[in-house]
Amino acid sequence: MSTPSDLKYTPEHEWVRDNGDGTVTIGITDFAQGELGDIVFVELEDPGTDYSKDDTFGTVEAVKTVSDLYAPIDGEVIELNEELEDNPELVNDDPYGAGWMIKMKVADAGQLDSLLSADEYQDITS
Amino acid sequence: MLKRTPFFDLHNQTGGKIVEFAGYEMPVQYKGIKVEHAAVRHAVGVFDVSHMGEFFISGDKALELIQKVTVNDASKLFPGKAQYSCMCYADGGIVDDLIVYMLAENEYMLVVNGANVDKDFAWIKSQNTMGAELVDRSDDYALLAVQGPKAKATLQKLTDTNLDEIGFYSFKTGELAGVSMIISATGYTGEPGFELYFEHKNADEAAVWNAIFEAGEEFGIEPCGLGARDTLRLEMGFALYGNDITQSTHPLESRLGWITKFDKGEFVAKETLLAKKEAGLKRRLVGFVMEDQRSIPRNGYTITDAEGNDIGFVTSGTMSITLGKGIGMGFVSTDHAKDGGTIHISIRKKSAPATITKPPFISK
Repeated sequence: MSTPSDLKYTPEHEWVRDNGDGTVTIGITDFAQGELGDIVFVELEDPGTDYSKDDTFGTVEAVKTVSDLYAPIDGEVIELNEELEDNPELVNDDPYGAGWMIKMKVADAGQLDSLLSADEYQDITS
Repeated sequence: MLKRTPFFDLHNQTGGKIVEFAGYEMPVQYKGIKVEHAAVRHAVGVFDVSHMGEFFISGDKALELIQKVTVNDASKLFPGKAQYSCMCYADGGIVDDLIVYMLAENEYMLVVNGANVDKDFAWIKSQNTMGAELVDRSDDYALLAVQGPKAKATLQKLTDTNLDEIGFYSFKTGELAGVSMIISATGYTGEPGFELYFEHKNADEAAVWNAIFEAGEEFGIEPCGLGARDTLRLEMGFALYGNDITQSTHPLESRLGWITKFDKGEFVAKETLLAKKEAGLKRRLVGFVMEDQRSIPRNGYTITDAEGNDIGFVTSGTMSITLGKGIGMGFVSTDHAKDGGTIHISIRKKSAPATITKPPFISK
């Protein structure tokens, strides 16, 4: 299981990449995709929506189960990964790369500090 | 403390992802559900289902006990023949579904669901007023299900028993991979295949496992987990105890009328079930296929009519790997339970239409 050290994580198994320009990219972790198994589609809410931390921003349907996606921080969704529409298996194949899900504009940069480090995330999944 | 089957170490070595199921640490998948599902539909796959329970009933009261606790007519069995059946409580609620094997005159094996072993054994024991010999040997038996169009070609390499002579729901006792076992032409996938029962204490189970995989290598044999077992059985519309059939459902409303033989004599729940039949069924277990490709029904979702009125609930649902569409089963009030009719599944914020379809959902 891979847990890149340059990312932040949530207990709900999302990763957050700080793009350094006031935006973050968000996806689900390698652990999460492994737990879900074969993903058959990813349903994401339209861009432009404002979220508070822990709001549901979408749903991942795998063959055997379904899982909600939770906003890791407050902010506005500015972009969706449209590739996932036709190729949801990208989340299984490359969860930290081509399988990214949304980009958000950060409302409160302080919230990024409260996310888990790679080590902290590994502790809760081991 | 969770139990482990004799194949636990092999599952770990083979990349099995282990989850808790029926009190056991069981593999839910290895390479992935899609790969494993396809292997069984097109080639051959192997499931460790050693968590299933095996009860042995013997003596001159054996048939009498089995006739009392099961709804199917076990008097039709002969040595070498197996029968799908279920057991009911007095109120008609289902205790479990099971397979009854007639091993010899006055000797039977009952195979029950792993999660229900203790409950089932206690129930049968409580009904054994006639004094049949009843033993729970679940912990002694390993069970491998080898399923798929290439199952026979795989296993025939390992045994002198002519597998062509074993008809569906029949079995023979023979040596396979050097181990004496019950070779049963049964399964839970809709594909031809065999279930292999053997006493693991006297056998090298790893040698059996490895021999099967070596024999099946040329066909692309895959180890398969509980995930694929569920998608395969649901494409066939086979009921799963705990989801589609439970203590709160009875066989007549659960697509099990065909195994309920009212003309066989007395059995537990006979009068109750007859009365329910007489009164008319209020609801029925139906199969359905989702109309749009991005809707997957799941256990517990509400079923409504076009106006949004609650008419039932989903008991099982998944993405059919063969069809690429959501399929499911659920209880629907009888007036809505018509083949070809449209029902609506409440999936989060939307109401997704589905067509009531008689399983199997794939052509077989």
